[in-house]
Amino acid sequence: MNALDLIGVVLVALGAVFLFIGALGVLRMPDCYTRIQAGTKASTLGAILSLAGIGTLNPAWLGKALLVVVFVLLSNPVSSHVLARAAHAAGIKPRGGSERDDLTTEPDREGSSKKTGGMS
Amino acid sequence: MVEAILTGALALVLLAMILAGVRFVAGPTTVDRVIALDVLTVVSLPLMGLIAHLAGRSIYLDVALVYGLLSFVGVLAVARYLDGGLS
Repeated sequence: MNALDLIGVVLVALGAVFLFIGALGVLRMPDCYTRIQAGTKASTLGAILSLAGIGTLNPAWLGKALLVVVFVLLSNPVSSHVLARAAHAAGIKPRGGSERDDLTTEPDREGSSKKTGGMS
Repeated sequence: MVEAILTGALALVLLAMILAGVRFVAGPTTVDRVIALDVLTVVSLPLMGLIAHLAGRSIYLDVALVYGLLSFVGVLAVARYLDGGLS
């Protein structure tokens, strides 16, 4: 086992752990906003680490693996943002303890007047 | 040694897919199901990378790239639909 293999294996194992933690958060978190949080952040880091590890284990594939990494890095925050926005538009309320809801109470935002009195 | 650790990582990633799949089946709202679908996709990209390494074929990384792209568009479409369509 040379040094490159060691680095790649450590990266892949760390990424798999992060992916597992992310999926566990998706299963265990109480409402859908926290599920978005757990599911996208941890699994993005896990995917980046795992794919970087695969690219390190096979240096000939490094470009292709980094392409997938860049794509995950670009697409996952966008999809989580859009999903949170859709959840808010669908009228799903955060579980108790979330005091602040800027998307509803922000004064200059159009189209949100139908959802007044949602939180607080 | 390398293969053993990678097989362990493969098992962990498969376990993550099972957990997200439980949420996909059980999720009370549509948004929960879409989140679980998104997580299933993101988890399956490194899974395809691991399979590519274990099988020794780099074509699976191309599959992962195209799959991630298509699923991203799918998630965007469903979220846009939940957000009230194109109006």
